[in-house]
Amino acid sequence: MKRKPAARWLGILTFAWLFTANVPAVWGASAKSTADHSKFKELQQEFKSGPEVTKACLSCHTEAAKQVHRTKHWTWEFLNPASGQKLGKKHVLNNFCISISSNYPACTACHVGYGWKDATFDFTKEENVDCLVCHDTTGTYQKPPGLAGHPVVGQPLELPPGSGKFIKPVDLTKVAQKVGKTSRDNCGACHFRGGGGDGVKHGDMDSSLAAPTAEIDVHMDAEGLDFTCATCHKTSSHDVPGSRYTPTAKDDKGALIRGKEENRNPATCVACHSNAPHKKEDSKHAERLNHHAKKVACQTCHIPAFARGGVPTKLVWDWSTAGKLKDGKKFEIKDEKGHVIYASHKGDFVLGENVKPEYRWFNGEITYTLLGDPVEKSDKPTPINRIGGSASDGKSMIWPFKIMRGKQPFDPVNKTLITPHTAGEDDTGYWKNLDWIKAAATGMRTSGAPFSGQVDFVETEMYWPVTHMVAPKDKALACAECHAKDGRLAGVEGVYLPGRDALPWLDKAGWTLALLALLGVLGHALLRIVSRKK
Amino acid sequence: MSEKIYIFKRFERFWHWSQAALIIFLLLTGFEIHGTYRNFGFEKAVEYHTTAAWTLVGLWIFAIFWHLTTGEWKQYIPTLEKVDAMLQYYLLGIFKNAPHPFRQTTLRKHNPLQRLAYLFILVIVSPLIWITGWLYLFYDQWEHWGLSSLDLSWVATGHVIGAFLMLVFLIVHVYLITTGVTVFSHLKAMITGWEEVH
Repeated sequence: MKRKPAARWLGILTFAWLFTANVPAVWGASAKSTADHSKFKELQQEFKSGPEVTKACLSCHTEAAKQVHRTKHWTWEFLNPASGQKLGKKHVLNNFCISISSNYPACTACHVGYGWKDATFDFTKEENVDCLVCHDTTGTYQKPPGLAGHPVVGQPLELPPGSGKFIKPVDLTKVAQKVGKTSRDNCGACHFRGGGGDGVKHGDMDSSLAAPTAEIDVHMDAEGLDFTCATCHKTSSHDVPGSRYTPTAKDDKGALIRGKEENRNPATCVACHSNAPHKKEDSKHAERLNHHAKKVACQTCHIPAFARGGVPTKLVWDWSTAGKLKDGKKFEIKDEKGHVIYASHKGDFVLGENVKPEYRWFNGEITYTLLGDPVEKSDKPTPINRIGGSASDGKSMIWPFKIMRGKQPFDPVNKTLITPHTAGEDDTGYWKNLDWIKAAATGMRTSGAPFSGQVDFVETEMYWPVTHMVAPKDKALACAECHAKDGRLAGVEGVYLPGRDALPWLDKAGWTLALLALLGVLGHALLRIVSRKK
Repeated sequence: MSEKIYIFKRFERFWHWSQAALIIFLLLTGFEIHGTYRNFGFEKAVEYHTTAAWTLVGLWIFAIFWHLTTGEWKQYIPTLEKVDAMLQYYLLGIFKNAPHPFRQTTLRKHNPLQRLAYLFILVIVSPLIWITGWLYLFYDQWEHWGLSSLDLSWVATGHVIGAFLMLVFLIVHVYLITTGVTVFSHLKAMITGWEEVH
């Protein structure tokens, strides 16, 4: 049957309407905001650089840059009040790309600023703040690694130089006129790609969260609750709550009441769901589950696995195998899905999807092994960070972790970790030259740390609490996942778990007794039968 | 010639068999919860175990009422009289076809060894199982009850000890019912109420 033209047009219009109706979801604020930024005179000009846009923003939002200046997003520094350690990206090491200190132009592509290419960066300049990276709603604003946080403006840029790959310039005027509230894409541009690529670092954050299904994240479900990152990480004065340096492992103070100043982390599960989140109408075990919630973090049961969205995460990064050449050239090995598992400039990787977390008691304390801290090569991996917690300290819950493992360079004479110079087109960057000694020398000099001239490799591990990718409730862990001999909590001590724990001597004695009783009565029966026959 | 006496009344038989079924079911689900084997799965095993335990509580309320109102509780008063004769019978006499030293009557339906065994169950095993089971079940109320210092591992251990003792009792009990006048006479009595005696 042939459709009538009118019907066809109706179809096309409906389709077009559906399509446009979806746009505001992407362009977040435009539908709800009281301001249409494209009507502002200040933004109706041709911008030649990021800082020029910022100046225009600040002409109305006079305090915004000052606010940003006070945040970790700007300083990349954090003083842990509990441990006194100076942390933040500027200071910590990890077991991914290791350290930013001599690699600023690459790493600061993810800085909320413009021009942080080395230690001379002026942190006091307001126009150095990058408003657009968080407030772009067009999805066209990008900051490629190597430009110290600047986007490509004006002409297409060949990057890396001589590669034949060109990056299109950003239309800053269009981006500036379309600013809005932050979306998952804004935060994701950096946080999905931590560790140098999609899903690499966290495992519970990757590009599948840009528009996830309920299965991947029940809160961010693009066709359901559609939370943005800021729905939980509710920002005030540009300061985003929810710290990875001082996480809230346990909050027993119930749900947060709107408007009540409590100085608590609003990004916890408890902040909305309270300490008794299981309701009788949903589960016949509600009370028992609520009791579990006193010792077991919500995430433990409600995030059955991380890297669930089809994007693999790195579980192991072995730098010690880097530097191999094939026919005198760098090469890559890919797995059957096309993901790189060896690269000459980075070494071997182990990737994982749908990874079961590892579980530990955790009280929120994280202590880092910083540059200069003594490192001993032994059978035990060096902890890049150590977590505090025990069954008995009253502050701990059982938490799920991604434990990142690997081997990374260290100085066998000075017994310290090494901050190698990796990125960059100069003649010491490891990724270009594959020379550890040169890379370590430059890196350690930039970090202001002594270097003996020798490079060895040490096994390391790093704890990443898993908290995103909360599954729908029917996908939460069933009892037997933990209440079993070889269950998920197999190594978690200090608590008696029915189904997992038993006193070996008692079981042995009990079964022996039962067996003796059985043998006794059988023997007795046998004697009876024999004696009858006589 | 043997005669028959009416030993077990209707309620008593109902109590016995339903209790037997519940105890066997509790042992099965209990050892699954303990992690000994897998059948229902942990979650279902806990649910069934809990339901069976409450059912047994209900049954016991009726049973206690019945024993008190009928005076049958006196059947459980322990005695050491003839215990040695009973032991001798089970260890020697039974093989020589010697006569049973105890004569069952409606007023004394348990032999002295039985009385001791039931006393042991009633005074040691049952309280151990009930108290630890109750605490286990209300684990989430301990704080409320001021029992925060109690350790679940102790409660669980006590409960498991009780379970093993009950299992041993069950094995021996099931065997001893074959030691009547005929192999099945005790069993028949518990089904019909009528026991064959000499």
